[in-house]
Amino acid sequence: MSLPLVVLLPFLGAIAAPLFAQGGRTAIAIASSVPALIALAALFPHWSVLAAGGTVLHSYEWLPALGLSFSFRLDGLALLFALLILVIGLLVILYSHYYLKAHENVAKFYSLLLCFKGSMLGIVLSGNLLLMLIFWELTSLTSFLLISFWTHKQDARRGARMALAITGGGGLALLAGILLIGNIVGSFELDDVLAAGDQIKAHAMYPVALTLVLLGAFTKSAQFPFHFWLPHAMQAPTPISAYLHSATMVKAGIFLMARLYPALAGTEQWFYMVSFTGMATLLLGAYIAMFKHDLKGLLAYSTVSHLGLITLLLGMGTQLAAVAAIFHVINHATFKASLFMAAGIIDHETGTRDMRRINGLWRYMPHTATLAMVAAASMGGVPLLNGFLSKEMFFAESLQLNLPGLWAWVPPIIATLAGIFAVAYSARFIHDVFFNGKPVDLPKFPPHEPPRYMKIPVEILVFACIMVGVFPTISVGPLLYSAASATLGGNVPDYELAVIHGFNLPLLMSFMAFFGGLLMYSQRQRFFDFHARFKEIDEKAVFEALVSKFVNLANRFTGWLENGSLQRYAMLLVVSVIAVTVIPLINNGFYIGENGLSAIDWPTGIAAGVLMVSALATAVWHRERFYALVLLSVVGLVVALTFARFSAPDLAMTQLSVEVVTIVLLMLALYYMPSWTPMESSKTQRIRDILIALVAGTGMTVITLAMLTQPFSSISAFFLENSKPGGGGTNVVNVILVDFRGFDTLGEITVLAIASLGIYAMLKNTALTPPPGDGLGHAWTRDHYPLMLKQIARPMLPLALMVSAYIFLRGHNQPGGGFIAGLITSVALILQYIASGMIWTQDRIPFRYHNVIGLGLLFATIAGAGSLASATPS
Amino acid sequence: MELLFALVIGALTASGVYLLLRARTFPVIMGITLLSYGVNLFLFATGRLATGQQPVIGTSASYADPLPQALVLTAIVIGFAMTAFLVVLSLRNLADNENDHVDGQREETPPHRNKNGR
Repeated sequence: MSLPLVVLLPFLGAIAAPLFAQGGRTAIAIASSVPALIALAALFPHWSVLAAGGTVLHSYEWLPALGLSFSFRLDGLALLFALLILVIGLLVILYSHYYLKAHENVAKFYSLLLCFKGSMLGIVLSGNLLLMLIFWELTSLTSFLLISFWTHKQDARRGARMALAITGGGGLALLAGILLIGNIVGSFELDDVLAAGDQIKAHAMYPVALTLVLLGAFTKSAQFPFHFWLPHAMQAPTPISAYLHSATMVKAGIFLMARLYPALAGTEQWFYMVSFTGMATLLLGAYIAMFKHDLKGLLAYSTVSHLGLITLLLGMGTQLAAVAAIFHVINHATFKASLFMAAGIIDHETGTRDMRRINGLWRYMPHTATLAMVAAASMGGVPLLNGFLSKEMFFAESLQLNLPGLWAWVPPIIATLAGIFAVAYSARFIHDVFFNGKPVDLPKFPPHEPPRYMKIPVEILVFACIMVGVFPTISVGPLLYSAASATLGGNVPDYELAVIHGFNLPLLMSFMAFFGGLLMYSQRQRFFDFHARFKEIDEKAVFEALVSKFVNLANRFTGWLENGSLQRYAMLLVVSVIAVTVIPLINNGFYIGENGLSAIDWPTGIAAGVLMVSALATAVWHRERFYALVLLSVVGLVVALTFARFSAPDLAMTQLSVEVVTIVLLMLALYYMPSWTPMESSKTQRIRDILIALVAGTGMTVITLAMLTQPFSSISAFFLENSKPGGGGTNVVNVILVDFRGFDTLGEITVLAIASLGIYAMLKNTALTPPPGDGLGHAWTRDHYPLMLKQIARPMLPLALMVSAYIFLRGHNQPGGGFIAGLITSVALILQYIASGMIWTQDRIPFRYHNVIGLGLLFATIAGAGSLASATPS
Repeated sequence: MELLFALVIGALTASGVYLLLRARTFPVIMGITLLSYGVNLFLFATGRLATGQQPVIGTSASYADPLPQALVLTAIVIGFAMTAFLVVLSLRNLADNENDHVDGQREETPPHRNKNGR
């Protein structure tokens, strides 16, 4: 239970945290820290299992048919990421407490932060790929809300939208990739997938699946050419940037590649796609970072570059490179989080992040400066700090790639070049900010040290950088080993975490990078001038233009499809139905099944002829509304006869009574309506509609014929057998309606009730003016309620009620039943209204119809519930 | 018999679809009514055509399939509710827009005062 709890707690915290907002900022910060503290305590007892190379699995069924389960799995890799997420999350909460200004919505901030934390934990702890994808999408959504936390800023909103579009799009690709993998393996459980590596790699769909999964990872981890969203996400509050871009969001892609390493890595395709993407990202990020004047911009591009480095390491495919990649994940998270926090402090204290204005801060904030300088030195790869160790491993691995000929030189050269850039931008971060003359025109002057406790998270992280840098084996050795073992499926190579491995080629590369970087920084003005010659592409403008282009296209399409004409919608609907059915229909052709055709008797043939002719005549003469209505009633009558002819007396009676009521209703409507339909459609439109109608009619004929001549089996034997003993009635149709499918019928009469209430509502306040004449100039008769009709209609009511009661009572055993009885009653009532008028009739009806509807539904429900409770048929 | 039945359903569908595509509410309602006749007959026919075998226990040796009949009975009643609703909806449309076009837009000349409407 503890693993689902770890994931669930932050979400519960997200709901609970705002409740503490009343208690003040300190209360909510403490409340928000609780889930992480409990989660850490819950993870701790599992360490002994993991250290021995085992995994912990807590699995609950969810949708087994889809292969989806609530399965949570903890191994070394998951633990490493979970610890980064939880610990850096705690530090970020502490830091945010001092960073956020008094007027800001802290409840929203902590809530979103906790949701995001829960989603990240979900990704790393999921033991089911589909479950992981759900959390993956959740991180996209919550990071969108976090980046746009300052919703009043347009840049923040746009940056957030860009991040969502890129990472969300990647998520879709990942979904497809995961479905493919699940299809190949036959399971979405991580254990099964990891064990089926060879099967996946040998499968024909492997290249597609790999490409899709990598698309998801590359977009999330800001790899070239999807890197551009990350710098624009810097519009987020700095604690968010520190969290998203050091330990969490962007590391999710890296995590995915490490997670699926045993299942997907080790092929040529993996090598070329992953390592070349990583190489391009590494170099590009490091190069651009040099030229950023914005403090956070520099850190953002350096993040891109370091993500490229980790990707490159994972892509190399050697086991040692994978170890180095995991190691660098830890190191990058610690130094980058502390650098972002330091940048936030500087921004907080000076009011700007522009490095052309921030100079010489050493004099004002020596404590912060020391911390930032150590962290930046680690980023540049200075010995005795953790960044140096993983960079050495990276240099060593870049020499190990077996590329043919001169290509073998490419990785070490690119590695050294990126190292030079990294040293140069780290030097800039140190020298430009803390030395290099005096501050220029700061919004807040003079800057001073931040509150004491705001520096604590930075101190802890910097302390970790030094500890790992000096005592790597003691500090991270076991954790790294466990994570590497999980990544490599247990085959951990021999490696040594030493501060200096002796004088060798990687160390020489480090020296070259270090002095080359310093040289480059000292000559920076030349590089700035060189870089200024190129026009910088504004990715945001390009992206926004693309977005608005798509929106326009979508709008045009919607406008074309949805132009407000119901007539057109009906046409599109019918045409789509035809389009969907036409191909199977054509394949099937004109088909007569093995049952063959039976003989036609004369009466049936004549009736069918009448029906067809009347139906077609209704359509042909539809503009003469009255005649069309009469023809329509003929069709309805023959349909009722058809039911009677083919052994369905109940249907015949129902159809007949419905027919009468419907025609009366249409007649009444016609009184208010124009008697003719004007000729509006053009000739082409009519021909088009005739063609559509003919295709639909032919299609239905072919389908019906194929169906009718096909042998079939029915489940009705059950109903026929159980109707009498189980339902207590011999009329099987009605027993089905009120007993076997009674719940269905309850729903049906509810629909009727709703329809009648709807009709009542629509007629209320409807000002219908009766037309003065019949349209031909003839006035209506002055005798509104003819005497004869009145006299005949009145005695009809009790008679009809009696017939209705009879039909109702016999319904269970003989043709008849409630529907028909109800319709007979309503016909009799309608007749009273027609014969004697609304007011006369209404005065004599002692109840309101609303109450009757309600009571009827109540009776039906009580009767049904009663028989349900006593388990006997009603 | 099967061919005849299929032709009947085809004729109902074709005339129903044509009327459904008209521009005024009244023909559209008639079209929907015709279409639902067709659909009901089709549903009914899924139990195949049986003569003189009404599914009332004790009245014959073998019985027609009662299940499609029960479903169609429900369909007829629901169809009736829908038709009634549509009729009143079209009346409301007529009252509010002073014409009976399905697109629900007002016209300059109310149609029932236009004697040359045909």
